[in-house]
Amino acid sequence: MNAPRELVIIGAGPAGMAAASTAAGLGVDTLVLDQQPAPGGQIFRGIGQAGPAHLELLGSDYQAGTERVASFVHSSADYQPDTAVWSLGADGELGILQRGEARMISARRVVIAGGAMERPIPFPGWTLPGVMNAGGAQVLMKSSRLVPLDGVVIAGSGPLLILLAWQYMRAGVAVQAVLELAPRKNLWRAGLRLPAALRAGHYLTRGLGYLLALRRAGIRVTYGVSDLKAVGNDRLEAVTFRTGGREQSLETGNLLVHFGLVPGIQLTEAAGCRHQWNDGQQCWRPQTDAWGNSSVDGIAVVGDGAAIGGAVAAVHAGCLAGLEAARALEHIDAAERDRLAVNDRQWLQNDLRIRPFLESLHRLPETLLSGTADDTLVCRCEEITAGEVRAAVRAGHRDPNQVKFITRCGMGPCQGRQCGQAVANIVAAACDRPVSEVVPFRVRPPLRPVSIGELSMLESGNNTA
Amino acid sequence: MFRRLQTHQGKVVTVCVEGNDVRVPAGDSVAAVMLAMDLLPTRTTAVSGAPRAPLCMMGVCFECLIEIDGVANQLACQVQVSEGMRIRRQHGAGDPAS
Repeated sequence: MNAPRELVIIGAGPAGMAAASTAAGLGVDTLVLDQQPAPGGQIFRGIGQAGPAHLELLGSDYQAGTERVASFVHSSADYQPDTAVWSLGADGELGILQRGEARMISARRVVIAGGAMERPIPFPGWTLPGVMNAGGAQVLMKSSRLVPLDGVVIAGSGPLLILLAWQYMRAGVAVQAVLELAPRKNLWRAGLRLPAALRAGHYLTRGLGYLLALRRAGIRVTYGVSDLKAVGNDRLEAVTFRTGGREQSLETGNLLVHFGLVPGIQLTEAAGCRHQWNDGQQCWRPQTDAWGNSSVDGIAVVGDGAAIGGAVAAVHAGCLAGLEAARALEHIDAAERDRLAVNDRQWLQNDLRIRPFLESLHRLPETLLSGTADDTLVCRCEEITAGEVRAAVRAGHRDPNQVKFITRCGMGPCQGRQCGQAVANIVAAACDRPVSEVVPFRVRPPLRPVSIGELSMLESGNNTA
Repeated sequence: MFRRLQTHQGKVVTVCVEGNDVRVPAGDSVAAVMLAMDLLPTRTTAVSGAPRAPLCMMGVCFECLIEIDGVANQLACQVQVSEGMRIRRQHGAGDPAS
């Protein structure tokens, strides 16, 4: 193995790019590993190729990426795209996969900026071709200019629903319906948090603007929807749902679902970082301090991979982690770090004021989290139903990891990324315990499938980074 | 089913999808190509043979597993097309005999 790099940053979204630009600007030897082919993360996917018309279509939040990516590209950070990380040890040793070759590299300090994933919520028919994650469909629009050909139904909960509907509307796509599955009573809870949210009021103005534009275009946003089902044989044919006590059905070939974002915790779990239940966001998150430091010395985690705060907050958190890395690696002292951190810390705090409002507005009901119907698949890979998970609990396996051993739930190619949270919720409910007390699936390397051929490169000594 | 917003004007590459040569934008992922051509399902599952298609487009759900240049179980959403690439839908675990 080569000499350790000073700083390795995993991910080149808003947080990773900001951390890298900051640290590299202070003289830190910085290596950025990115699973994507170009910098920008999911939020700015395809921005390097986006022409003026496409930038205009996608809106101001996306346009902000041009500048962010440019400042990262002009930094002295060493950027390596198309690179997957399949192991991370508490000692800063990383297993990476590049161009079909596995190798090990070593870092004195690691910043994990791997971002979030869309929260998987199992519902009847969610495995049918024609059902996709809304964020995934947005990636198709950003990077390949692909939009639904016929109509589209967008369902779930979260700000992305109306943003995507607005973008599709502007692209001339027929949006058949936008279905909000958060309960109506959330409005009251969110109302209490509105005064604080007004201090980050530009988010509210923008959201209301999208809603008004949708209404003017005659696109219906339906609130208080429940019992979402995707119907079809080999492919989606219709979406059924319940609203105002009535069952409704819409014929469609495209259902895009989104139930908010959750931090991707595979890397932090693998590195042995401590995690805690985040009740506001209804998911686990790695514990971090004000600089993004995790419970493991030398490993920090920032951006939506630490807690969902959005792209702007991720930039400021990334800058703070970059400063802290420069301090820890003795390029600057603590006083200099604190002085340079003042603005980012203030902006971060201001930006996050919108979050309690959004979290209350889009809080998911227990019916969606743990009330999965017995015959609905929870584990898409091993095809294990919610009923099988409950049966395992009844047989005495009152823990997600025991359920995994007994049913194979979570042992497929995605390694529990898609079913882990649902299993935890279902097991907790079946045991009549709060989910915060349940131990999530244990994560072990390799974090993604690596072939024997790829691993064999480790033996050949061809492992320079 | 998906359509392209504008006619692609940039670089194109020729790939072989299910035995047919097609010209596609150079920056596309394999999953984008399959969705643009409406070749769903992109695979059937190893457990029950159920039809599946890309879901997350960001490399976390592993629903888009596909055969690329004779190698099964590739993530279609994470692999960009390249000249001469051969892409086939995957049946079950991806064993050619299945």
